[in-house]
Amino acid sequence: MHVMKRAIVAVAAAALVPAFAAAQDAPLKIGVVSFLSGAAAGPFGVPARNGAEIMFEMLNAGKVPAPYATKGFGGAPLQMNLVDESGGTTVQVTEFRNMVQRDNVDLIIGYISSGSCLGIAPVAEELKKLTVFFDCGTPRIFEEKSYKYVFRTASTATMDSVGAALYVKDLKKGKIKTIAGLNQNYAWGQDSWKDFEASMKNLTPGVKVATSQMPKLFAGQYNAEISTILGAKADVVHSSFWDGDLEAFILQAGPRGLFKRSTVILTTGETAMYKLADRIPDGVVIGARGPYGPFAPDNELNQWFSKTFQDRYGVPPNYAAYQMAQAILGTKAAWERAQAANGGKRPDTDQVIAAFERLTFISPGGKVEMAIGGGHQAITETAYGVSRKVKGKMTVANVKRYPAEMVNPPDGVKAEDWIANGFKK
Amino acid sequence: MDQLVAVLIDGIIYSAWLFVAAVGLTLIYGVMKIVNVTHGSFYALGAYAAASITGWALAQGMPPSLSYPVLLGSALLVTLVVAPLIERGILRFMYVKDEVVILLITYALFLILEDAIKLVWGVNPYFIAEPYGLLGSFDVMDLTYPYYNLILVGVAIVCGVGLFWMLGHTRAGKLLVAVIHDTEVSRAMGINVERMYLFTFTFGSLLAAIGGAFTAPTVSVVPGLGIEVIVLSFAVVVIGGLGSLPGAALGAVMVGLVRSATIHYLPQVELFVIYLVMAMVLAFRPRGLFSIAEARKI
Repeated sequence: MHVMKRAIVAVAAAALVPAFAAAQDAPLKIGVVSFLSGAAAGPFGVPARNGAEIMFEMLNAGKVPAPYATKGFGGAPLQMNLVDESGGTTVQVTEFRNMVQRDNVDLIIGYISSGSCLGIAPVAEELKKLTVFFDCGTPRIFEEKSYKYVFRTASTATMDSVGAALYVKDLKKGKIKTIAGLNQNYAWGQDSWKDFEASMKNLTPGVKVATSQMPKLFAGQYNAEISTILGAKADVVHSSFWDGDLEAFILQAGPRGLFKRSTVILTTGETAMYKLADRIPDGVVIGARGPYGPFAPDNELNQWFSKTFQDRYGVPPNYAAYQMAQAILGTKAAWERAQAANGGKRPDTDQVIAAFERLTFISPGGKVEMAIGGGHQAITETAYGVSRKVKGKMTVANVKRYPAEMVNPPDGVKAEDWIANGFKK
Repeated sequence: MDQLVAVLIDGIIYSAWLFVAAVGLTLIYGVMKIVNVTHGSFYALGAYAAASITGWALAQGMPPSLSYPVLLGSALLVTLVVAPLIERGILRFMYVKDEVVILLITYALFLILEDAIKLVWGVNPYFIAEPYGLLGSFDVMDLTYPYYNLILVGVAIVCGVGLFWMLGHTRAGKLLVAVIHDTEVSRAMGINVERMYLFTFTFGSLLAAIGGAFTAPTVSVVPGLGIEVIVLSFAVVVIGGLGSLPGAALGAVMVGLVRSATIHYLPQVELFVIYLVMAMVLAFRPRGLFSIAEARKI
């Protein structure tokens, strides 16, 4: 009888070993969301998708440099479930539910638009699905609510706006009397301008707002806005325009002399600086929403990523591609940390979340700390420079870097309060 | 004073763009009683064709000054290929159906054409910026405007005046007016209404394509370009009265000036001011400013 029992246990154990191994090696289905159509696809969505394609392929082949040399996520191969972000928030919420309930994805990485992120965060929480935002910028997500299942591996618009204010203050040596803004009329544009205006008022007391223009997203025609800004004769013009709107603004503002009359800051200008190199004069302040593209550090991971991307797609990766790679690598780091803590077994969602909170990891853009938003929101250093053509090639000059703690609020403090209180830690 | 002048100039430039984009829509509705959503697609097709053909020609060494006729030719080429195909291939079988059904069909065609554009041109942006700055610029009260903006105003005037002249002084125009007033009687009088429909659809679509082609040098030509235009065009023709050419002109001028004044004096309300104008007009003139009393058949 004992022999019989032992035999049954042995057979069961033998059956479980491959089952366990199979569970370990079962592919991880990851929903990836990025703009594949519409005005944001060309400058943002497609480069981000390309970044995801490279990372999925190279991670599955185990060809990413250290510390990400293990295959997939902890040995589990990655499967991409790609979804288009266009169509508005309602469509995105439906697509999110489809990915979770119909396609049974294990986790989701995506979202460029702040509107999408604000709409998706509560749904991710409701469906208890690990969701990693890779690009959207509004600081409201973790300032207004706390989420268990939602993470964001890119810094918020606060970093871009505070960094821009610090940079122009240095550039103009404090001689700024008036500022003007041209930002899109939704969460991203409103938050970017609010933080920039507050930072400028704090850094250069007495500065006046000459005009703040907020056209609707994808408006395309900016003649009247440009006239108003030209007429205002502001010393500094701030714009967080992105996608086709940024490109249209550059095309329309150049011949009207706006770049000559004022110091113009384009916080997302890196996405257009190569395509419109002959339309951007020297001296325009260019940002890349963090240390990406021309501002990326010279480390092995960045050299590998930029070369692989350039070889595959014939163009250098822009910041959207960097941020996508950063989100994938951050999730991998959290997953493998959770797996190690779980004795090498595949972790569950709660274990990955615990490992993700307060995580510090390395990306092609350098060090990323999940330091604020209760450990769910990343902070990174940032950098700005001015456009300069060298032998006909667009570059950035006079680059200044700002450490993460200098341009991001401390944990638990709202960006606007932090700025209003003089950036106190 | 300076600002008032700027309001006028910006308003006129925007009105001109709106009029060129919208006038074909009202023409097609006037003749064919179709609310044609594919109008936005032809605007986008005109922009894509202009950006790619002009860009290619410049790369081949074409003198930049020839860009302007090439923009026009591109719009003509793409319209002559696509518009008759849609009208003869699909729409002519639908005329017996209710107006709402045809609206839905044109909406479906709009979605198909959006995807077709992505198939042909991809999702990356196209730029053809040379024509915008080529002619230089002029200064008005310390503000700089490219001369290209005057070309847009000129295109709008030529389109508007040309249409009025054609409808009032040419044989084809007079036949069109007859069809606008009564299709059945026109048929009974021997007018080839089917041919009129083909001509109207192609010509109306051409106007949209010209709007797109001459806008291309000022924007990034990307997928979805036609969506914003179709919404604005509807607002303009509804304000003026569907099917009315003077209405489209007045609607475009009203929207252009009000939007410009808002941006200069009260930018906070710019987002909805166009729709506020539309709502106010419709509150007092539910069929638009230039609608005329219609006899109802009983």
